[in-house]
Amino acid sequence: MSATLAAADDFDIEIRLFLDAIYHRYHYDFRSYALQSIKRRIRAAMQRFGCQTLSQLQERVLQDAELFPGLLDFLTVHVSEMFRDPPFFLALREKVVPILRTYPSLKIWVAGCSAGEEAYSMAILLHEEGLLSRSLIYATDINPRALQRAEAGVFDVQSIAGFTENHRRSGAPVSLSEYYTAAYGSALFDKALRRNIVFSDHSLATDSVFAEVQLITCRNVLIYFDRGLQERAIGLFRDALCPNGFIGIGSKESLRFSRHGAAFVPVSTEERIYQMRRVGP
Amino acid sequence: MSGPLTSLAGRALDAIVVGGSAGGVEALSELLPVLPAKRGLSVFVVLHQPRDRSSLLPDLFASRCALTVCEPDDKQAIEANCIYFAPSDYHMLVDVGPQISLSADELVHFSRPSIDVLFESAADVYGARLLAIVLSGGNADGADGARAVHDAGGVVIVQDPRTARVPVMPQSALDRVTPDAVLPVAGISMLLNTLNAKEFPNDR
Repeated sequence: MSATLAAADDFDIEIRLFLDAIYHRYHYDFRSYALQSIKRRIRAAMQRFGCQTLSQLQERVLQDAELFPGLLDFLTVHVSEMFRDPPFFLALREKVVPILRTYPSLKIWVAGCSAGEEAYSMAILLHEEGLLSRSLIYATDINPRALQRAEAGVFDVQSIAGFTENHRRSGAPVSLSEYYTAAYGSALFDKALRRNIVFSDHSLATDSVFAEVQLITCRNVLIYFDRGLQERAIGLFRDALCPNGFIGIGSKESLRFSRHGAAFVPVSTEERIYQMRRVGP
Repeated sequence: MSGPLTSLAGRALDAIVVGGSAGGVEALSELLPVLPAKRGLSVFVVLHQPRDRSSLLPDLFASRCALTVCEPDDKQAIEANCIYFAPSDYHMLVDVGPQISLSADELVHFSRPSIDVLFESAADVYGARLLAIVLSGGNADGADGARAVHDAGGVVIVQDPRTARVPVMPQSALDRVTPDAVLPVAGISMLLNTLNAKEFPNDR
């Protein structure tokens, strides 16, 4: 075996030790994240913290708890946009909303909401479909700083043009500008949208189901998990959904590799929206 | 270095990674159809494209290639004799298994998918049994990745920048790594043809 290969293997060992240490010290479980992605993020963190080796970073983070929130920002993913994949939201409006209308009250879970883009998109869509006032949206993430940002409802004005175009293509009846005020390079979203959103700390890796919901969206979150952790998350979703409840996942994520896959039937194969199979005869 | 590479016939390879942007599609049109169907190779392609619409490349190449062409889902198992095109707006990584991992992480060199992300992950998993090809393109994406492939013992081929429609990408790779061969697309095509040699050294 060549020296370079041996070195790569050593780094893999260091990563395992590092993620174990993070878990035992801070109770954040990245041990079942997809290896190559977390490896890139750890390398970026090493660079940011000026550490030559991962053991150096590990030592510093274990000894100084104040460093951990900064590290967590590196280990979690914040890249998102409002109404990402507009056809997904269009399919929600056309195929899911008509059934959601039949419920007197709605609970919706946006899992892995990061800085809130998906949660606000959901609130806006529900408002436009006349459902927001009877809805409660649980927006969950593992990163407290991301949740704080989400709660503030402030987004960089530079990203608004893209969000606006996405929103338009999602079948929106009005412009996105109806929902925010722009000032000092930021767009502040209407507080009324937040009234029905509960932002809270929840881990798909370590926590359990907290409510029965009619709709879950968890898009581009499962891609960061290995198959074992994906199974755990999909199991949680299955347990959280009411009979005939809906779930939307990312456009390149799939339930077909999952042993829970048979519990779901596709509503829109292209947009990766599924419905729980009817339980019983 | 023992002179430029002229044949891949005796080389044990599991995978090929290819990256390009402007001018890359023309190059791919000459290269991918040459690849032999039964050599047991997995092939991964990243081509920079607009992020807001789905890729037409799998459809474009499916009928012209001996290998099976697909745009993979996340955590899809990697198979031999398949060509995987990175989906639009996702990084494509080779993960342990081997299987595909996709990511919506930050853009790298203003690109998602990024060539570096693919090449570096593939170098990590395939080591010396990997061949990387850097084609025509307009930025430095792929240079660090080509370096990673080289450092892991893999083979690196760079399109001759003088023959590329946009020379920045291959030139950036040449600035970063001494490749095993620098060739025009026709030359890369001939080199890939040597993979058709009767003896298959893949003796895993």
